[in-house]
Amino acid sequence: MNHPDLALAFIADKPRAKWHDETLWFVRSKRDKAAWQLPEWELLRETAAAIKAHTMSHLADYLEQFESQAQKLGVKVHWANDAAEHNAIVHGILRERGVRKLVKSKSMLTEECHLNPYLERHGIEVVDTDLGERIVQLAGESPSHIVLPAIHKKKEDVGAIFHEHLHTPEGMSDPLFLAEAARQHLRDKFMQADAALTGVNFAVAETGGIVICTNEGNADLGVSLPKIHIACMGIEKLIPRAADLSVFLRLLARSATGQPITTYSSHFHGPMPGGEMHIVLVDNGRTDLLGSDDFRRSLNCIRCGACMNTCPVYRRSGGHSYESTVPGPIGSILAPSRDAKKHGSLPFACSLCGSCTDVCPVKIDIHHQLLTWRKEIAHRGLLPRSKSWGMKVMSRVLRSPRLYAASGWLARKVVPKLPRFMIYNPLNAWGKRRELPEFPRESFREQFERRHGK
Amino acid sequence: MGSRDDILRAVRAQTLPDKPAPSLDQQWIRYDDRRTQFATVLAGVGGRCEFVADGAEAARKLMEHPAYDAAKRVASFVPEITRGNVDLATIGDPHALEDVDFAILRGEIAVAENGAVWVTDAGVRHRALYFITQHLVLVVPASALVDNMPQAYERLQFTGPGYGAFLSGPSKTADIEQSLVIGAHGPRSMTVFCVGD
Ligand code: SF4
Repeated sequence: MNHPDLALAFIADKPRAKWHDETLWFVRSKRDKAAWQLPEWELLRETAAAIKAHTMSHLADYLEQFESQAQKLGVKVHWANDAAEHNAIVHGILRERGVRKLVKSKSMLTEECHLNPYLERHGIEVVDTDLGERIVQLAGESPSHIVLPAIHKKKEDVGAIFHEHLHTPEGMSDPLFLAEAARQHLRDKFMQADAALTGVNFAVAETGGIVICTNEGNADLGVSLPKIHIACMGIEKLIPRAADLSVFLRLLARSATGQPITTYSSHFHGPMPGGEMHIVLVDNGRTDLLGSDDFRRSLNCIRCGACMNTCPVYRRSGGHSYESTVPGPIGSILAPSRDAKKHGSLPFACSLCGSCTDVCPVKIDIHHQLLTWRKEIAHRGLLPRSKSWGMKVMSRVLRSPRLYAASGWLARKVVPKLPRFMIYNPLNAWGKRRELPEFPRESFREQFERRHGK
Repeated sequence: MGSRDDILRAVRAQTLPDKPAPSLDQQWIRYDDRRTQFATVLAGVGGRCEFVADGAEAARKLMEHPAYDAAKRVASFVPEITRGNVDLATIGDPHALEDVDFAILRGEIAVAENGAVWVTDAGVRHRALYFITQHLVLVVPASALVDNMPQAYERLQFTGPGYGAFLSGPSKTADIEQSLVIGAHGPRSMTVFCVGD
């Protein structure tokens, strides 16, 4: 399926689509308020972008430094070329230690690697402990947003899911009640877990430490009970110095939800006393992106979700319509770089309004990269017929002044007289849900000639 | 070691022009009244801040906490406020902290910009205490109140194994229809006592 078809299914439920749109816009406006409270906001964004650019230009050195510093702290560092190797490493650690029950906190990387189904196939119980992730896990779905995983669900949906799995009373949909039920349910899971797995927000080369940000405290509670902590990260999560965290922690939560900082910003340096800690560094296509002058900066993403909240297309089409672990504007850059054929429609799910670029805390030129992807997709011959055919016609017309004048005349004189079915039909994808503007009676050329004479 | 070398080689193969690291020494925000700023921001994220002269005053204020009266198990690292009734020295397994109602611990730095308090596990045998307790009380010297995060990091050192965190308010979630619920997995309330001048 492609993005427009899936989006069609999303907007079929009009009230829900409207709620989704308005709710995310509200999150975006909270972000604005938080940003306006810091006079240095733009300086922070520039500094963050510069730190990332610097890190990428020395990435191999920083990776080695991080590894040796982490090892000094007693961490076992693993490296994985791809998703399969990542999953095998995690499973190997768990198997050797006889782990049956694993609690997880949010990690888009493990979503990307499809770790959960892999571990479940090997008989390990995997519990996502972020409330939103638990909701979608119980529903058998994937997150539709990287910060708000269950934003596509209404409280009645959550009530029904919890009724089925946690045996809350039927029809109960009060968020307070449901969140309390989840708290009790997940406390049990925390207490029983043999190991905990987390993602990583930032890894500090200078100190060998990792930083994890949550509001619920699920990552912290998860890793402070069992003896085994596995942290999985893409190699792009590195930053050089601990002091750089001051820049990123000031940007992340403000951009994500408008909070001044996440409730928990936890710095882990080595395992807890008597425990063990593993860090898995994953490439899975990242070094290819690093080699691309056009798309390298997409690696700077700190996964705040701001570009999703602001995007007029994302808000109106829902995260699942992207069929990609990371949806929205940044996902529409990342997904085609994995599989341009499968995700070829994503760079076109964009009005090129540039709002994503304006809010991105690390100043990724998102909409420029999306435009570049469009060219790339046309170049590779991956455009759908409806688009390539239209573009060919357009290019012929625009190259010939006579054809151009003739088609303008047709549009002004003939089209308004045509019956509707000849304009609004399946051949005209543009005409779905859109009305043609009213055509002017005269063209510019005609007006010019009339006013200035021949 | 195969994948390690593969990845490092692949990264090194992309020779990118050197970009210098930016300076972090900038005009970051400062507040005329750090105390009000800190207390206001903390209240905005669901926490509570009290400025008190000493431990005795903090102890009196703690009595006013609506949940304190009913608390059965209190773990304290701040004897000036209370000794509590959980002997942490005898607890070997953090799972045994499951029924702690109140935990009273020391914070090292408070940040006016975002209402966060820096805590560590130094001397706290089980870091789980910060998250497993139903209610959290942090005691910070008022002199340790800084304007912003860069100032906080100037004071931090990461020289060996250890855990540290900025905590800002009680545990919370908005994952059900964006309705804010306080008390997701961790503490249902967070009180910060800033002690002294
Ligand atoms: S691309 Fe920028 S705005 Fe979008 S999630 Fe990443 S950091 Fe946030």
